[in-house]
Order: sequence, then structure tokens, then C-alpha cells
Amino acid sequence: MTVWADALIQGILLGGLYALFAAGLSLIFGIMRLVNLAHGDLIVLAAFVILTLAAWLGLDPFAATIAALPIMFVAGFALQYLLLNRTLGRDLLPPLLVTFGLSIIIENGLLELFSADSERLHAGAIETASIMLSSEISIGVAPLLTLGSAIAVIFVLNFIFYRTSLGRAFRAIADDLEIAQLMGIDHPRIFSVAMGLCFIVVTIAALYLGMRANFDPTIGPGRLLYAFEAVIIGGLGSFWGTLAGGIILGVAQTVGAQINPEWQILAGHVAFLAVLILKPRGLFPRAAD
Amino acid sequence: MALLETRGLTASYGDFQALYGIDTILQTGETVAIIGANGAGKSTYLKAITGLIRGRAESVWFDGEPIGASPAAEIMRRGIALVPEGRRLFPSLTVEENLLIGRYGRDAPGPWSLDRIYALFPAVKARRHSASTTLSGGEQQMTAIGRALISNPRLLLCDEISLGLAPIVVRGLYDALPQIKAAGTTVVLVEQDIVQATKVSDRIYCFQEGRLSLSGRPADLSRDQIHLAYFGT
Repeated sequence: MTVWADALIQGILLGGLYALFAAGLSLIFGIMRLVNLAHGDLIVLAAFVILTLAAWLGLDPFAATIAALPIMFVAGFALQYLLLNRTLGRDLLPPLLVTFGLSIIIENGLLELFSADSERLHAGAIETASIMLSSEISIGVAPLLTLGSAIAVIFVLNFIFYRTSLGRAFRAIADDLEIAQLMGIDHPRIFSVAMGLCFIVVTIAALYLGMRANFDPTIGPGRLLYAFEAVIIGGLGSFWGTLAGGIILGVAQTVGAQINPEWQILAGHVAFLAVLILKPRGLFPRAAD
Repeated sequence: MALLETRGLTASYGDFQALYGIDTILQTGETVAIIGANGAGKSTYLKAITGLIRGRAESVWFDGEPIGASPAAEIMRRGIALVPEGRRLFPSLTVEENLLIGRYGRDAPGPWSLDRIYALFPAVKARRHSASTTLSGGEQQMTAIGRALISNPRLLLCDEISLGLAPIVVRGLYDALPQIKAAGTTVVLVEQDIVQATKVSDRIYCFQEGRLSLSGRPADLSRDQIHLAYFGT
């Protein structure tokens, strides 16, 4: 019994990481219907930015992440403003092709700069610190922090979306781009702010990605897959749904691994397919979509 | 100086030319009706003024500045607001949020505030926390008008506000017009309903197949003249 309870708890904590991978993707898709195929590579890129800042400035990963946030916001804003806005229109194919190309460029650029060696963000004692729940179950402080950060990120995104004037503009653009322009909403700029926000979330995700396990320039597409699955399980356009999607994916993986260690990844994909078959719009779709 | 002027305004959708050289002038404080049959180019004219269709800069002048090539968001910030055909409220926003977003790009001082709009349309106030999709057609139209007014525009463009609404509801909407005019707002009404349009406007322009077929003060125009300009026969 205890092993199953442990699998469930570890799965929920792992789900926090997947929700962080997915939140930025969910934000961008919800506002501009852009499927960003480079999302996973952007997480890896952010991890290398944190790694570099930590090495240059002699900071621990948390401080380096804080230093990276404004840089990444500007990078996201610029990427959207200068490149991705030009791909958006009636046709869904151009943004897919451009972000696919971007994914290849980022991956190869990172290989060129940092080589294929595995890297890791070293955070010291916090990496191995844990809290004993019982004699047989303990939870790691780092995974707990990951889940806490995921909840905080989703809470803040939800607040921006539903309680601020910027959020009203986000939703108006998603509803009706033409009429949104008549409200004086400068949509290229608002899209760019959204991508800047997405990059902030991506950077937070990168911190926990890099602290949890080794990373190298080629692991981006795998993270994209988990992010996609979490978003689709939760329902497009719903942030709390994305968190739930991440947790369902995480629990499916740890429970699968408990049955047979080889089934970890498989169980996650099976859970995703099951949701896709039973509820194609996801578990918590936004009513207006 | 005229508030709005179009000079040889043309507009096309791909190969289809919808407007052929439209010359119109609007003075501050006027109410002008644009009438014409379906497909005459009335809505296209509004799209060209609001920047949803962009053309030559010098084809539209607002307050002495050429705006024909400007993006819609910039034109709105200058003080032109549109009540679009079919209301087109934002479904993910509540009624009050739909009103508030109307001043996103322009929060100019003036007579119109949230409270003032609620006073004009008490039915909207009663539903202010509802999803905009749950409103009746008339309430949606009031919200769409409020959304345009809240930015305190200098020019208010209304596209077919009576379309698809019961006559009693339309009368209610038109009853609000004197209050809007009293605030000094210049109003353009695009209408298929000639009777309603001529009753409330200082001047009319009639469009026919993308061309201006008649203009003048309603009192100076005969029924036959309007009929000919409207239908072409």
C-alpha cells in the first residue's frame, strides 16, 4: 500500500514540473493560436542561460534564474515582435514551420556553443534535502518547490488573465482579433508581451529541469511532448486544467513505473491517449472555445 | 475644418472593388446617415475609415490628418469608435469587461463613464456581471454601443444597429441617440432602414454599388429622389 501512496505523491510532485513545461505553451496557444514547436528547446536554452549566468557571476541557480528573467522576457518579446508576428495569419502552417526551424536552430546553436556534454544546475544541499512523511515515504524539497512554483505560476497567469486590463486584452484578442484592434489594442505588441511572459515561465521551468536531472542541447523535443500532453489533457486555454494535466501525466508515469520500471514513459502516453479518446477537448476546456 | 473627410476613397476585397472614389465630409456635432441597399459599400466605407481596410493615407482625413493608411488601433486612439455590424461582443468577457475594454487604447476625459453608460442603459447595468453571450440581442447592442462610447470618441460610427432587433428594441436604442448627440459626439449611422435614418440625421449620404448616389439634408430630398438613389430604378 505504501509504495502506491509513494508513487502517487511522487507523481503529483513530478506533475508540477510538467505543468511548468506546459504553462507557457498553454498561454501562447490560448492567446494567439500559435503552436510553438520550439517550446521544449526554449526551455533547454533557458537552462543554458541560467547555467552561464551562474558560472559568470558566481551565483547559485536560484539567483541566476532571477537574473535571467528580465533577459528572457526581452528575448521573448523580441522573438515575437521581429519574427513570429510575421508568421501569424489565417494559415496555421507558417508558424508551425518557422517554430520547427527555430527548434533546429536552437538545438544546433547550443550544440555548437556548449557541446553535447550533459550539464546540471548545482544547487547544493537543497537538491538532496527531504521531508520524512512516514518511515517509508519522504518527499524531496526540490520537487516540492517545483510543484509550489507551478501552482504559483498558474495562479499569477490566471490573475493576469482574469483580473487585469492586460488580461482583458489577451482574452479579447483571442476572441476576435479584428474587433480587438478597434478597442485600440495594438496586437503585435500584446502578442510580444505574451511571449515575454511565456519566456519568464520557460525560465522558471528551466531552473527545475536543470536541478532535477542532467540536460543537454538535444532534450528539448522530449520536453515539448510532455508539455503538449499536459496542455491537451487539461484542455486548451485553461491554466488550472494545464496544472491538472501535468499532474495526471506525472501520476500516470510514476504509477506505471511502480508496476514495471519500463512502463514509466509508456504509461504517461497511454493516459494522454485515453483522455484524447474519451474527452477530445480535454478535461477542463474553456467554455468559449 | 471638417472632422472627417474622405477624398476619392476606394476599397477592394481582392479583385472585387467595393468602393469607387467616395467623397464625404462630416462636420463636428453632425449626425449623418449612410443609407443604401445590401452590398452598396456602406460597411466597407466604415471599415476603410476605422483602418480595418487600409488604403492611401490621403484618402481619409480626420481632424486635418491623413489616416487612410493607419492601423485600426491607432485610429481608435485618435477618437473614432465603431459599433460593428452584428454587435460582436467578446464572448470570454463579462458585460462589464466588454464595456471596460472599450477604453483600452483611449481613456479620454469626457461625458462618458461606466456609470453614465449604465444610466443610459439600465438593462445593461442589471446584467453587468453576466457572460456577454447570455444577453438578449437588444442588450448586446446596448453593450456594443456602450463599449464604443466609453472611450469618449469624437466620431461614433454605428453599423446597422437595428439589424435583427424587434421594432420596440430599435426604438429604445434610437431614444438614446439625443443624449449621445448632446454630448457633442459626431455620429454616423449606417442603416438600411431609411425611415429611421432620415428621422434622426442632419444629412444623408446614399450609396449604390460602391458609388455615392445622393447626398443632402433629409428635408430637402423627395421620396422619389431617395428611392431612385437607393434602388437605382
